Amino acid sequence: MANWTKDVIKAANTELSIVRGGSGKPLLILHDELGYPGWMAWNAWLADRREEIIPLQPGFGQSARVDWVRSYRDLGGLYAQVLRELNLAPIDVIGFSAGGFIAAEMAAACPHVFSRMVLVAPMGIKPQDGEILDFFELTIRRHLRATVADPENTPEFGRIYGGEMTPEQFEAFEDARAETARLGWEPYMHNPSLPHLLYGVRTPTLLVWGTRDQVVPRGCIDGYRAALANCRVVEIDGAGHRPEIEREAEFSRAVGGFLAE
Amino acid sequence: MKIGYFTERPYRWLPEEVVLKNRAFFGVSNRYFDRDKAADDYNYYLDEYCYAEELGFDVVALNEHHGNPFCMGSVMNVEAAVLAYRTKRVKIVLIGNPLPVIKHPLRMAEELAEIDLISRGRLITGWVRGAGSEQFFNNANPAYNREYFNEAHDFIVQAWTRPGPWRYEGKHFHYRHVNPWALPYQKPHPPMWIPGVISPETVKWCAEHRYPYIGLGTMLGPTCDLWDYYADEAAKHGYQAGPENFGYLIPTVVADSQEKADKIAENFVYGGGQNAFSAPEFTMPPGYNSKSAIRALAKQPTGSWLGVSGEKLTQQARGGDEAPVDYAEVHRKLVAGLEKVKRNYQVIAGTPATVTPKIKSILKILRPGVFIMFSVQGPVSNEERMASMRLFAQEVMPALHDYAKEIDLPDPFQRTPGSVVLRAGVKRDAVADRGPLTELGLR
Repeated sequence: MANWTKDVIKAANTELSIVRGGSGKPLLILHDELGYPGWMAWNAWLADRREEIIPLQPGFGQSARVDWVRSYRDLGGLYAQVLRELNLAPIDVIGFSAGGFIAAEMAAACPHVFSRMVLVAPMGIKPQDGEILDFFELTIRRHLRATVADPENTPEFGRIYGGEMTPEQFEAFEDARAETARLGWEPYMHNPSLPHLLYGVRTPTLLVWGTRDQVVPRGCIDGYRAALANCRVVEIDGAGHRPEIEREAEFSRAVGGFLAE
Repeated sequence: MKIGYFTERPYRWLPEEVVLKNRAFFGVSNRYFDRDKAADDYNYYLDEYCYAEELGFDVVALNEHHGNPFCMGSVMNVEAAVLAYRTKRVKIVLIGNPLPVIKHPLRMAEELAEIDLISRGRLITGWVRGAGSEQFFNNANPAYNREYFNEAHDFIVQAWTRPGPWRYEGKHFHYRHVNPWALPYQKPHPPMWIPGVISPETVKWCAEHRYPYIGLGTMLGPTCDLWDYYADEAAKHGYQAGPENFGYLIPTVVADSQEKADKIAENFVYGGGQNAFSAPEFTMPPGYNSKSAIRALAKQPTGSWLGVSGEKLTQQARGGDEAPVDYAEVHRKLVAGLEKVKRNYQVIAGTPATVTPKIKSILKILRPGVFIMFSVQGPVSNEERMASMRLFAQEVMPALHDYAKEIDLPDPFQRTPGSVVLRAGVKRDAVADRGPLTELGLR
């Protein structure tokens, strides 16, 4: 049973769609470059403990595109404005993939904006080894399949993306891809100054990474580990880029435990 | 009507199987590039364009593509400069420079001005957005493609017309000191013709700017729709569109027997032809197409020029390319598919006697002021290519010129595009004649 709502708020001089659910201490959730996939089992689990606040990224179809936002740093600045206006900072955050990139930009600009950070397979730092998958060179269907290690045996993946893609879904993905390109085309899904600006940031941070991630290589995690002064890594064995749906119980345990510390 | 000659300058020395295995021309490794053969061909193609002038074509048309053996013109301004020097009479039309992928409009303004000066005012400069694959090749952000295009175009027009020096701070381009010494020979600047395939946004933009729109081998029925759209937009801007606003380019082969022409025309689908220009993932980079274009593309059943068919998209999603493939069979199917393309008048192949009435039908339907022969692709010999040009020029072109006079198809030099005033509230005239579509079984 879903216990969430979706509203449009006016903040940071724009209109932003926000999904809110659960109760407890507020928790900001920044979705990935494919867009908010819906209320998943891990959201439901966490909703007993925390109030989840999930802004739907401007330009992804539901929140209006903001023309001046041209980088992840700009977007982080916009979200920081939203937090200030809603009087939510400092707040805990979970950022997925490009959402992790946004969170890291926000922490780099203002280390006190977050009390705790969970970065799940975050982009944003050029990996020392390997490369971030160039998903712009993939059709959306191939990109989706690359996000999980074993699509056929990931029930929630089938639930979100199974069946024929409707024109509306296709369009929503194209919106997400286009906006992601606007922000992350070059340099590709990273910001060379980010690790330098994160240096010395002491926000307690959990880095989560699936050992079969085909999108973000371990090198990105190592880059964050080198930059952040107070972080630890949880590897989720056998998971791909979306451990929250591939190994939901393990993910919830690790993240729930960290946030409760 | 002006009649033009165009070739993609295909790299002719690539085994077809290499392209088929790659599912596209774009992305074929340049390990297959042979400098001696390429050197011969660059020289040959320039000679071929000079031959077109000799044969009496009014216009020679160049284009460019990047990282793609489908077209050897990677920097067409280089070829245009050579032609500006070597030719004496023909107009040199560029269809067109891909402004968003070159991303340097000031340099572009300088290069084109030099070409216009060397040719003493024979340049017709067109602009394109660049194919999807070229956004990848040049690392040009496809989500800003349309913005780059518009801003670069507006900047170039200013750079050619507004006395410098001045400073420019735009959204995507920034120049401290705009004062190009070389300005175009033609005043206020060279004419612009804009080629296009599917995008209604481009048609609308052309109509707003009164630039002729050149349909690149698009299906005749949908091309009539695009013409109507152009003319409706033109009416909103207070003018009646006519033949001077439209051009049409179509794959054409002429030989001294139908069998020979058909055999040569098979090379239009060599390696998959224009539908194999690039694989779907490279054809539709993020944000490159408008939403309406994306929807239209996904629904299209049989593919289009440099486009993607719904079938291909589905196949790609299934990963259907992993099964072993019989390439001889693929080739046979491609050639078989060409019959339908010919029936649809998307490839014209035959003797002067069979080609002439077909092109006349196209002229009757589309009423273009510019007609461009697109020479054959694939590994066709120099002799066969030149024979096709010669037969077209000597035995088809005169009849087309006569027919254009008969049905009154003024070209953009005879009547300035956008110069026929249409008063508000007055119904515009038809710009296409769909009548023959039914007779030809195209509707």
